[in-house]
Amino acid sequence: MSALLRIALLSAWNRRLTLGLTVLAIALAVALLLGVERSRVAARTSFAQSVSGTDLILGARTSPVQLMLYSVFRIGGATHDIGWDSYEAIARHPDVAWSIPLALGDSHRGFPVVGTNAAYFEHFRYGRERKLALAQGRPFAGLFETVLGAEVARRLGYRLGDRITLSHGSGAPNLAEHDDKPFTVVGILAPTGTPVDHSLHVSLEAITAIHLDWQGGAPIPGVRIAAAHVEKFDLRPKTLTAALIGLKQRAAVFKVQRDINRYADEPLLAALPGVALDELWRVVALVEQVLLGISALVVAVGLAGLVAVILASLGERRRELAVLRSVGAGPRHILALLALEGGGVTLAGIGLGLVGLELLAWLAGPLLEARLGLTLALQGVTLAELQRLAAVAATGMAASLLPAALAYRRALGDGLTPRL
Amino acid sequence: MSAALAVRLTDLRFRWQAGAPCCLDIPSLAIAAGERVFIYGASGSGKSTLLGLLAGVHRPEAGYVEILGQDLGQLSGSGRDRFRVDHIGFIFQQFNLIPYLPVLDNVLLPCRFSRRRLAEARRDGKSEQAEARRLLEALGLEGQLLAQPAHRLSVGQQQRVAAARALIGRPELIIADEPTSALDADRQDDFLDLLLEECAAQASPLLFVSHDHRLASHFTRELSLAALNRASLP
Repeated sequence: MSALLRIALLSAWNRRLTLGLTVLAIALAVALLLGVERSRVAARTSFAQSVSGTDLILGARTSPVQLMLYSVFRIGGATHDIGWDSYEAIARHPDVAWSIPLALGDSHRGFPVVGTNAAYFEHFRYGRERKLALAQGRPFAGLFETVLGAEVARRLGYRLGDRITLSHGSGAPNLAEHDDKPFTVVGILAPTGTPVDHSLHVSLEAITAIHLDWQGGAPIPGVRIAAAHVEKFDLRPKTLTAALIGLKQRAAVFKVQRDINRYADEPLLAALPGVALDELWRVVALVEQVLLGISALVVAVGLAGLVAVILASLGERRRELAVLRSVGAGPRHILALLALEGGGVTLAGIGLGLVGLELLAWLAGPLLEARLGLTLALQGVTLAELQRLAAVAATGMAASLLPAALAYRRALGDGLTPRL
Repeated sequence: MSAALAVRLTDLRFRWQAGAPCCLDIPSLAIAAGERVFIYGASGSGKSTLLGLLAGVHRPEAGYVEILGQDLGQLSGSGRDRFRVDHIGFIFQQFNLIPYLPVLDNVLLPCRFSRRRLAEARRDGKSEQAEARRLLEALGLEGQLLAQPAHRLSVGQQQRVAAARALIGRPELIIADEPTSALDADRQDDFLDLLLEECAAQASPLLFVSHDHRLASHFTRELSLAALNRASLP
């Protein structure tokens, strides 16, 4: 057998260009197959981690998925606000342990601005019950002070003490600027891998203050209230976008949800983050299936290429195989030789694909984590992946039996001198 | 039934497919152990088919093939493969070697597939590599050449490597199928002399098949396939 292995290796080396390209094709296909799955899992983990500590999300009546997307992930915008009085009433509910009010709608160079209060730094949890930590500085205390998410500070190069202005609305630049009321950076949060990294945090009062001389999304003409004078006004917020709610006991979640949904003074919605996420994944599942299907097809193309390459080589190897027959190799040996080659190429492709994927995760992982919050870091091969790889390996070996069987039949028919 | 006979064919008939015309029909052929037999046959006369039958890669439709006292018909497919490598050394017209394998590996191939040939090659207490070198040297090949892949060698050199491979491990029968036809006339004689010398040195009978009648003088017996084979009669 070892003699056969040596022959197989030297023979493969002799055709290293075509076989090498085949290995590469299979490697890319395998990397794609696993990569799609890993990104899917990473996306789900990342989303789930962003809301890990929250029992309920409170907002105006809309779809739970939409409420979760704009309040937690800052994707899309709210169509309605909720009244501050309603929020206070809910926050006083006997089963509610803590709540974090969120006022959204402003931005700074594309990054969302979150108006909130000290509860944010106290109660917000991400990942496995992890609390927000400040990398530098302190939480905001004064009116025009802001705390930046890690990615905002890194990408825009801000440091403590820098002065920045907010824009009205979110998205593209050239929005109306709140340039008369600049904010001072007083704190920068440690990275979390959640949307927090991409947010700027200010007090609720500051949100009210910068909109004092605004109405209907635009500055009131002729009215300018200077930053120095805003303290004279009542800065208590009148409306909110949403609130994150933590309960004293998780078991009460459905009761509180029902109470909120039945709140008489205003139509409110309480969404369970886990349920909303599941709903979101159900929507996305179709796309995922399509992606998975495409990667499976790519694997099939790679393996078909393998069979084609080995089949094409049979013509030129006919003499070689006849010589092996004459020196005692049985048809079984010929079969084994070709199956060995097909199996070897498949396994080499799988190995290379795995190594390539890990290498990619290692090289591009930090970038993906920073930009998208996707954790694609080095990871062991999971059981599900192992099953997929086993399926690829089995298919590859089964497919390479086709040329092997053909060679076997020819070896029997050709005898010692192949008739060409 | 004499074990002294290297080859014995009786009432052999072979056709490629059922219904096809008979390709070989040989009532009888016997070759004794010490002989060097030249079988003459024109191209397409069934020489290679006959060798395939002697090697046990093809099975006769009728009759039986006995090599070194063993009836091939009684062996299984893998049994015939083993018998072939254990007892017969082959040399072919061309494309004898595996092009990407180094010369020494090519010579050692029968030892890889046959314990008997390996044991025989090691008989004098030396390694099979040493025996392969000795044979190659006797055939005029040595030094750097042995580590080269076979395809780097000239055709004449390749044929000598093939001869060394056929001879290693002292098989009891050497079968050569037009081994000289790719060589020019001077080289043909040189090669044949070397081959016959080595066959004699290890007392292996030689069955030499060729369409080239001029070579017949080197052999102890000459046979014509056309005379042996009833099927080729018009």
